[in-house]
Amino acid sequence: MFYREAGDFKTTYSADNQTFPIKIDRVGYYVALVVAFLIIPFMINDYWANAILLPFLIYSIAAIGLNILVGYCGQVSLGTGGFMAVGAYACYKLMTAFPEVNIFFHVILSGGVTALVCILFGLPSLRIKGFYLAVATLAAQFFLVWLFNRVPWFYNYSASGQINAPERTVFGVPVTGPNTEAWATYLFCLVFLVICALVARNLTRGMAGRKWMAIRDMDIAAEIIGVNPLKAKLTAFGVSGFFIGISGALFFALYLGAVEVGEAFGINKSFLVLFMIIIGGLGSIFGSFAGAAFLVLLPVVLKVVGVDMFGWPTDIVAHLQLVIVGGLIVMFLILEPHGLAQLWRVAKQKLRLWPFPH
Amino acid sequence: MKMKFATMAVTAMMAAAPAMADLVFPSLSYRTGPYAAGGIPFADGYADYFTLLNERDGGIGGVPTRLLECETGYNTEKGVECYESTKGEGALVYQPLSTGITYQLIPKTTADGIPMHTMGYGRTSAANGKVFSHTFNYPGTYWNGASGAVNYLLDENGGDLKGHKIALVYHNSAYGKEPIRTLEELQKKHGFELSLLPVDHPGQEQKSQWLQIRREKPDTVLMWGWGVMNQVAIQEAANIRFPMENFIGIWWSGAEHDVLSAGAKANGYKALTFHNVGRDFPIFEDIQKHVVDTGKAAGAGDQIGNVLYNRGMYAAMLAAEAAKTAQEIHGTAEITPAMMRDGMEALSITEDKMAGLGMPNFGPSFDVSCENHGGPGLVGVTQWDADSQTWSLISDFAETDMEVIGALIAEDSNAYASENNIEMNCK
Repeated sequence: MFYREAGDFKTTYSADNQTFPIKIDRVGYYVALVVAFLIIPFMINDYWANAILLPFLIYSIAAIGLNILVGYCGQVSLGTGGFMAVGAYACYKLMTAFPEVNIFFHVILSGGVTALVCILFGLPSLRIKGFYLAVATLAAQFFLVWLFNRVPWFYNYSASGQINAPERTVFGVPVTGPNTEAWATYLFCLVFLVICALVARNLTRGMAGRKWMAIRDMDIAAEIIGVNPLKAKLTAFGVSGFFIGISGALFFALYLGAVEVGEAFGINKSFLVLFMIIIGGLGSIFGSFAGAAFLVLLPVVLKVVGVDMFGWPTDIVAHLQLVIVGGLIVMFLILEPHGLAQLWRVAKQKLRLWPFPH
Repeated sequence: MKMKFATMAVTAMMAAAPAMADLVFPSLSYRTGPYAAGGIPFADGYADYFTLLNERDGGIGGVPTRLLECETGYNTEKGVECYESTKGEGALVYQPLSTGITYQLIPKTTADGIPMHTMGYGRTSAANGKVFSHTFNYPGTYWNGASGAVNYLLDENGGDLKGHKIALVYHNSAYGKEPIRTLEELQKKHGFELSLLPVDHPGQEQKSQWLQIRREKPDTVLMWGWGVMNQVAIQEAANIRFPMENFIGIWWSGAEHDVLSAGAKANGYKALTFHNVGRDFPIFEDIQKHVVDTGKAAGAGDQIGNVLYNRGMYAAMLAAEAAKTAQEIHGTAEITPAMMRDGMEALSITEDKMAGLGMPNFGPSFDVSCENHGGPGLVGVTQWDADSQTWSLISDFAETDMEVIGALIAEDSNAYASENNIEMNCK
C-alpha cells in the first residue's frame, strides 16, 4: 500500500538493474542527496557537525570498507583501527611533506597507502581462515599502533608523539585546522562518503563483488568454478583498506585535528566499526550507514535524555551506554543476524502488502 | 495551537534567560574507565568548591556559578563532543584534565576565544603566552616537574649526579612523553644516565618493564603514570623490593588510591606536587558545613582532603579567583569568556589571598603575565606514610631549572607558531 511497485515498469535491462529499482526508493534517495548537499550545509552548526554528522560520515566510510571485507568477502578483520591509523599517518606525512598539494588528493593517496598495507596484512588470509585470520589481523592492529608510537619519523619527531593537522584549504576555504567552518568540513566528508558509497555499491554488484561473495559463501566451490582466491581475497583487502584509509585520514585531519595513535586508533576502534556492521547488517551498503548512524547517535541520545533531561549523574549514563550497546549486540546476533538492514527489508516487505497481508 | 506553542517557547526562553546570566564552568570529567580513580576525586573537588561558593557567598561577585558536567571517559572523541555541546552555554574556562583532549582543544579554544586552564598537565610549551593566547598552565608544568625531581635528587646526593642511574617509567602517550626532552637536556647538564621504559595504555601490563628495572638496578625510578598504571607500578616495585624512597612519581602518580592497594609495602613512596596536601585547612570545615552536610556534595563526601580532591578544589579556586579578577578589571559581574581570559592573564595569587579563602599556604604565590602563562613552576615533594595513611610534604616548594626549561619552551612554542602561522601576542 505505502510502498508500491505496481505500475513501475522497466523497459531496458539497465533500468531493471539500477541501484534503486523501485520509484519510491529512487525518489527517497534523491531527496536524501538534496537534503544532504543543499539544505544541511545551511543549517549546520559546530555542535551538529562535530558531535554527530562528521563522526557519522566518517564512520560510514569505515563501515563500508569493513563491510566489503567482512560482509561481502567473509574475511574477518579486527585490524580496522590500525588501518585507520595508517590512513591518518599517511595523510599527516603527505600534508606536511607536500603542503602545496590539495588535501583532497592527500586523502585519496592515504587511502591508496592503506590499501597497500591492508593487502600486505591480507596475505595470511590465503592460508588461514575464520578465527585464525581474525587473530592475524589483530596482530596488524597492535603492530601498526606500536609502529606509529615507536618510530618518530611518523610523527615528524614532535616531542609529544602527537600528530596535528595543519590548515589546508579547498577552493580557498579551510577544511582542516582550527579555523574551519562546520559546513566546509561537513561537505568535504560528504563528498567522500557519496563517492565511496557509489564505488562500493558498483563494485559489490559487479564481477568483483560476485567473486567476493562466492569466496564468502564457499571458497572451495568458488575456486572450482574459476574464482581466483588470491585475487579475490587480496582485492577485497585492498578495496576495504582504501575506504578505511580514507576514513582514517578524514578522522584525523577533519574531525579530531590532533591524534594520539594508541588512544584514537586502539583496539576499541576496531571493535566499534565491527559492531557497526554487525548491528547495521553484514553484506549491505545501507547496513553500513545504519550501523554507523546507530552507534554514533546512541551515546549522544542517551546523554541528552539521561543527563540533560533527567539530570542523572554522568557516570551512570556512561555505564548505561556500555550495557545497552552490549545488550543490543547480543540481541541482534540472536534475533536478527542480518542487522538493521534486514529489519528495513522486512519493513518494506510488510509495507508493500499492508493492509492485506495475504 | 501553533500560536500556543510559540507562546510556550517564548515563555520557556524567558524563564531560561536568567539562567544564562550564570557563570558557567564546564567540568569535562571522567568518572568511568581506567582513569576514573583519578578523575572522580578531581571532579568532586572541582564541583564542591563551586557549590560552596554558591551556598556560602551566593556565587562569584554576586552571580551564581553553574557547573556543567560532561563525561569524557578520558577519550578525545567524547572530549570534543563535550566541548562542542557545552561551549554554546557561555562556558568561561575549560579544564579537560587530559593531555590528549588538551592538544585537541588548544586550537579550538583559541579559535572560539574561550580560555583553557591545564593545571600541571597538557602542553608544557603553552606556558609561552606569546604563542598560546588562550591556554594557561600555571602554577607548574611537566617540565618543572622533571626538573624538580632532578633538583631533589641533586639535593639528596650532595649536588652531584654523575653516574647516577635514572629510569623513567612513563605512560606511552603524549602525556608520558612530555618530560623526556627536559630529562635529556638535564642529563647532558648533570651527567646522570637515563633509561626510558614506556608502558602502554591502560597500564596494567608492566611485568617486563619492572624486570628490566630489576636487572639494570637504577638508583632512582621516576614515573609519569595515571589511572590504573600507578597502582600496578607501585605494586610491581614492591614485588621486586625496589626501595620505595627511590621511587618518585609525578603529581598525577601520587594520590591515596595509588598507594593504598600496595599496603605497607608502599611506605616511603614519593610524589611531586605543586600544592599542599592534607585536611588541615579551614576551607574544609566550610565545605563540610555548606556542601557535605546539606547533601549537595558531588560525590559521597569521603574524598575530602585526598590529594586529587584538593587539586580539583585548587583548580576551581584558581578559576574562581580569575573570574573575580576579570570582574574587577571589566567592572561587570557577568563576565564573558574573553573577559575571563583577561582575568586569568592578570591573576595574582598571594599568601594573604589564600589565607583569606581558608587555604593558607595551599600553593605557591604567583602572578600570571601575558608572556608567562606557566606560573613560577615551584615543585615540592611529598612522601607516603603507610601507617597513618597520609601524604606529607617533605621538601619546600623549590625553584626549578628555568634556564633549561625556558629554552625548551621557546623552541617548542616557536615551532608551533611557525607551523600554524601564529602571530606573537604581548607586544
